[in-house]
Amino acid sequence: MNAVVELDGVSRTFPGSPPVEAVRDADLVIDEGDYVAIVGPSGSGKSTLLHILGCLDAPTSGTYRLQGLDVGDLSDGLRTSLRGTEIGFVFQAFHLLPYRTVLENVMTGLVYNRTPRRFRRRRAAEALERVGLGHRMDFTPRQLSGGERQRVAIARAIAPQPSLLLCDEPTGNLDSKTTQSILDLFDDLRTDGLTLVVITHEAAVSQRAERRVDITDGVLAEVAS
Amino acid sequence: MSDRVRPMDRKIVRSRLSFRDLVAEAVAGMLARPGRTVLTILGTVLGVAALVATLGLAKTAGNQIVTRFDALAATSVSVSNRTEGFFRSPGVEDTSAIPWDAEDRLTRLNGVVAAGTLTLVNTEGELVSSVPINDPLGQSAYAMDVLAASPGLFDAVIAELATGRFFDEGHDERREPVAVLGPGAAARLNINRVDQQPAIFIGDTTLVVVGILEDVAREPSLLEAIIVPNGTARGLFDTGAPAEVHILTEIGAAYLIGEQAPIALNPNDPEKLRVQVPPEPQAVRSGVESDVNTLFLVLGGVSLLVGAIGIANVTLVSVLERVGEIGLRRAVGAARRHIAAQFLVESAAMGFVGGIIGASAGVLVIVAVSANREWTPVLDAQVPLLAPIAGAVVGLMAGLYPSWRASALEPVEALRGGT
Repeated sequence: MNAVVELDGVSRTFPGSPPVEAVRDADLVIDEGDYVAIVGPSGSGKSTLLHILGCLDAPTSGTYRLQGLDVGDLSDGLRTSLRGTEIGFVFQAFHLLPYRTVLENVMTGLVYNRTPRRFRRRRAAEALERVGLGHRMDFTPRQLSGGERQRVAIARAIAPQPSLLLCDEPTGNLDSKTTQSILDLFDDLRTDGLTLVVITHEAAVSQRAERRVDITDGVLAEVAS
Repeated sequence: MSDRVRPMDRKIVRSRLSFRDLVAEAVAGMLARPGRTVLTILGTVLGVAALVATLGLAKTAGNQIVTRFDALAATSVSVSNRTEGFFRSPGVEDTSAIPWDAEDRLTRLNGVVAAGTLTLVNTEGELVSSVPINDPLGQSAYAMDVLAASPGLFDAVIAELATGRFFDEGHDERREPVAVLGPGAAARLNINRVDQQPAIFIGDTTLVVVGILEDVAREPSLLEAIIVPNGTARGLFDTGAPAEVHILTEIGAAYLIGEQAPIALNPNDPEKLRVQVPPEPQAVRSGVESDVNTLFLVLGGVSLLVGAIGIANVTLVSVLERVGEIGLRRAVGAARRHIAAQFLVESAAMGFVGGIIGASAGVLVIVAVSANREWTPVLDAQVPLLAPIAGAVVGLMAGLYPSWRASALEPVEALRGGT
């Protein structure tokens, strides 16, 4: 089994007086195909952990290897490139472009990572079919329900076929019924072999994951299931 | 650091944004809010339109001046001994104002090409005929103007001969009874050749015709008249003094000669003479035009500047509104330079479109004004082609700061901030 994510003594400290240690000495290994929930209250450092995992931020100490690459050594530009190919993001706020169609929104995920133009439309359409929105391609996000919008965001995240899907409170803006359908979709994606990390404070979400890691005041603790 | 990174470079697919994708993203960003985009480019449209219209109208009006510019009129100066009116018009005449040697005095001035006096001779109502007999069956005697001239007059009015010759200084000094006929006078007197030395009669006075004029560029009164030397007129008809002087000047010297001629002719009292110089339309018009031009170019520049500020403002607002989009693009692999390029191209494209619309509007203004004034519209071909480029440059400059702001956003902050 290949390790997708290897955290080894990772810390992230924000300068200030006093300095804030958002993540402390974190050790975590996530293998290919894992479904990990990272659970913690707000202010526990889970957002910082997500940013580090997503190469949006670099650890101040320790090493983070993504697919065997030491991310801490990479320049800002290379981390950006890595995000485009290796990581799919799903945000609580969806971050869809309101004036573009659903298909164009999904294609945005393929613009910067050297996917040839002629493949983009097909791969975006396949991703939309995968999340069950093949019939909504020419809609704009404003015409969609919250659950549908999050499915579009998931389609955008999986279209580049990343090695890691990072979801930040993916159901935070959804009701419980829609939450269930999104979680069902996560289960489906996992059976396809996708590696999934979901950050949440909702028990309903974390229960569906195969592994659960609690984070409190920046300290990680895996909860045996 | 770079040594350690290099082996990994091969594994990482570097982000890139093709030019086509860049333009596609920028255009989509512009079209996202079409109403706002239209209002944003309005300033550039007005600025470019004002500039193009100014340049075109200046060129068009300049072409009008060239069409109307008349080298003949611009080199002609006339001096009259009448303080009011002009040749053969009612007014006060001062018969001592112009001396008989006016021609000599004027040709000494630098800038005078030729000069000559012209005076209406008082023949006391005598008729002119070409035969000495009175034919009761047909008219053979006519009332005609007899004009006394100095020899230089023919050059001064740019006269051409049909046949024969002009009289010269010798004829003038010897007061010989010779005459040159205008073509109209020659036709009425039935004289068309001078090799037989035809004679004409003014009352009882006999004159030999030495030449017939073809045409004159000035003073068309010569065409219907009999022209005799000054000396002859003084001897035969007791003509008192020259009535007027015609001067042909070098191009550009007319004004100067207009000031100098009265002093040369009548140093004691130059005010007695009336001088007619060409209005120099070129100087007057080009003066007005350069004022109008400068004003409109400044106005065009100001509106272009306002347009640039408008684009800068809206692009900045748009950057702040689209913080979430910027964060999302950074998350899916857009580098800082891709974000900067997108906003730069958006603002440059707005300037470019504004330039196209503005250039079209400017051309329409030129055509409309030209049609109204019955002018031929003239415009440098480069102007409508360069105008959109100027607009694009303005947009590019306006987009520098907003796009820098956009690219400087940290993705983590951007994702937190926007929707």
